[in-house]
Amino acid sequence: MATRTVQFEIRRQAAPDAPAVWEKFELEWRPGMNVISSMMEISANPVTADGKPTTPITYDSNCLEEICGSCAMRINGKARMACSALVDNLEQPIRVEPLSKFPLVRDLQVDRSVLFENLIRVKAWVPVDGTYDLGSGPRVYPQQQEVNYPLSNCISCTCCMEVCPQFNDVTNFVGAATIAQVKLFNNHPTGKVLKEERLRALSGDGGIQECGFAQNCVQACPKQLPLTEAISDIGRDVVVQKLSDWVRS
Amino acid sequence: MASPKIIVVGGGLAGLAAVIKIAEAGGNVDLFSIVPVKRSHSVCAQGGINAAKDLKGEGDSTDKHFDDTIYGGDFLANQTPVKAMCEAAPAIIDLLDRMGVPFNRTPEGLLDFRRFGGTLYQRTAFAGATTGQQLLYALDEQVRRFESEGKVKKYEGWEFLSAIIDSKGVARGITAMNLRTMELKAFPADAIILATGGVGAIFGKSTNSVVCTGSAQSAVFQQGVYYANGEFIQVHPTSIPGEDKLRLMSESARGEGGRVWVPRTAGDKRPIKQIPESDRLYFLEEWYPKYGNLVPRDVATRAIHKVVYQLGLGIDGQPMVYLDLTHIDRETLDRKLGGILEIYEKFVGVDPHLEPMKIFPGMHYTMGGLWVDFNQMTNIPGIFAAGECEYQYHGANRLGANSLVSCIHGGFISGPNAIRYAKSLPAIEGDGGAAAELQRQAEINAGLMKSDGTENPFKLWRELGATMTEHVTVTRYNKGLKLADDKVLELLDRYKKINLSDRSQWANTSFAFTRQLKNMLELSRTITLGGLLRDESRGAHYKPDFPDRNDEKFLKTTKASFTGTTEGPKFEFEDVDIQYIKPRKRSYDAAK
Repeated sequence: MATRTVQFEIRRQAAPDAPAVWEKFELEWRPGMNVISSMMEISANPVTADGKPTTPITYDSNCLEEICGSCAMRINGKARMACSALVDNLEQPIRVEPLSKFPLVRDLQVDRSVLFENLIRVKAWVPVDGTYDLGSGPRVYPQQQEVNYPLSNCISCTCCMEVCPQFNDVTNFVGAATIAQVKLFNNHPTGKVLKEERLRALSGDGGIQECGFAQNCVQACPKQLPLTEAISDIGRDVVVQKLSDWVRS
Repeated sequence: MASPKIIVVGGGLAGLAAVIKIAEAGGNVDLFSIVPVKRSHSVCAQGGINAAKDLKGEGDSTDKHFDDTIYGGDFLANQTPVKAMCEAAPAIIDLLDRMGVPFNRTPEGLLDFRRFGGTLYQRTAFAGATTGQQLLYALDEQVRRFESEGKVKKYEGWEFLSAIIDSKGVARGITAMNLRTMELKAFPADAIILATGGVGAIFGKSTNSVVCTGSAQSAVFQQGVYYANGEFIQVHPTSIPGEDKLRLMSESARGEGGRVWVPRTAGDKRPIKQIPESDRLYFLEEWYPKYGNLVPRDVATRAIHKVVYQLGLGIDGQPMVYLDLTHIDRETLDRKLGGILEIYEKFVGVDPHLEPMKIFPGMHYTMGGLWVDFNQMTNIPGIFAAGECEYQYHGANRLGANSLVSCIHGGFISGPNAIRYAKSLPAIEGDGGAAAELQRQAEINAGLMKSDGTENPFKLWRELGATMTEHVTVTRYNKGLKLADDKVLELLDRYKKINLSDRSQWANTSFAFTRQLKNMLELSRTITLGGLLRDESRGAHYKPDFPDRNDEKFLKTTKASFTGTTEGPKFEFEDVDIQYIKPRKRSYDAAK
């Protein structure tokens, strides 16, 4: 009996300025296999479907449990995490490409440091006085925790930015992930001391007004963050902040 | 003098905790990490973090936490640092709370706690079932704040290769490789802190992340740092077997009432729900009535192996048992365990609210590690270690939810101690050996780039993992341990004939992996041969031929030093600090 196989087409690019090529791979099917385990298989036997030796594929991955946010890529055209992309649920040939909105490094690896820069820009932290023992934290009722916890589940995968039509070089839009973090920290009893600064950071170039309400972000988010809700809440807060800054000026 | 330069390697909880303390003290700190630090393996921790805050009116205390930890670790841990950790834990939780970790709350707005393995108290604070993620983010945010103030410089995408050690045997910095440009560079420092996690990759498939290769620990071990208690490897009782890894199913599932069982009759063909209670073997509850499903991990793991391999009661004849949550209401499950149930459903395709999960033990945690003194410094002056990569807090078996606290505590201790050490460091002579060390690393790289043998590094790695998992995990026989070491020697030999299919000098991940593989092979010998020497059973180290703990001979820390010979590392034994709690028999059949 012929062994059952899985067909892949993977976009390869040796360097940022090298030409992109598609390589086909045919792997033996195994139960439970996903896109990452398939690429591990290719590393152990780097040969294309037509028998040509090639190199192992360069990609980011770490936890393989969809919690570290590393392995975002486009699989059959959809931005998603490769570790949780089970082969049995995918149409073949499975087409794997790098995210398109970020500088390409090699093959499926891209540079997503812009998100971390954005998090600095909006001061996405609670400004504690110090790490010495200052007693317990502020009281937080379960109702508040249940609003904040989902926002704190953002894994920085950047899928929401990849799928956003407004996230591009023209608008400099910060993207949904950063806005959700602004909501998270503005909600925190201590974090909210920086609320005004965060809202002002979101009111200028590339700020929240660039959002076009396409709502692709909330669809793409692998962690189901309430992104559109965060955008509309923070959008309102930004307007109020602008008005109050205008009145005060 | 100018404030000393400290290098921290690794951006998980321990590394970030160290960075925060150094930055806060006005120190000058560079942080190196293979991955963006927010993607470090600490993110995978699920169930919670222990601290005896006694918010449930149970009479819990830090002394009880201390006793549970020492007892759970089968008395192998030095007691002074463990005692300090348990005493520091409540303030660590408060700090994390102040930093904004969204811990679960009681109706009154206080921290909620749940029970974990190896204790009878509700001592574990938690943020859903993604506690590690939430803690890592909190520290990551604080480090980002220091970064914005220019107090921390991050080198993400750089891999640590070695320590720079001067002619007097003192560390003077590190060499590292840029994983994009493949550039090698020496970075001088007055002290370095390694916080590079566990060694899961040595076992092929484990619950660890891809970066957890132990390569950094192995590199400094080969440079002269002792490796302690390497033979103590924790196999978590409940993981989800997978093609690429074993995904963790948190102990918190049992902490919230999850029950482990198999049908009493092998090959029971009835649908799960039609198997009545009386036909189910809740073996942990039956065998360990006091602790039940919350016995420590080594005990639960051995019980599952017994059910599967000795009693032949694995589900459908497969190495799997049920972990059942279906009796708990959906709202509670989602609020307290949502994250892990989602993982199970996504990767297995079955809804654990409705059907019991199928789980099996998987390699999870490295109790052993770099030898450090109570100040977290190794035997090479200027090299500190914190977190899972060092050996000091968990003895022969780690209790669930103690890892997060040990990482943060270890980081908090190592940071200030590194500064203190660096301030009294004699001035460097010349370049402190930097050029020579860089040259040594360049030669290793050049040799590897030229290699044109026949051995695929990823295939060698799979063979290593299979051997280590078979012989050096749950049940160990001296014959098997010898076989495993022979196999590693064979792999080390075949490594000389490696074939690097990718020779490019740009983002060459297989090149970086091949370098790590050599270090994995060297370190695996320490784990295996340490196990061979220890003819007793203690915590996670279980030899059926030596079923009892032997305190007279083996209440000792194993210390291995690298020799570079075929015989393997040199081993010596060091007395354990037992000044607070007298060793007693460890048994979970009844309350201790």
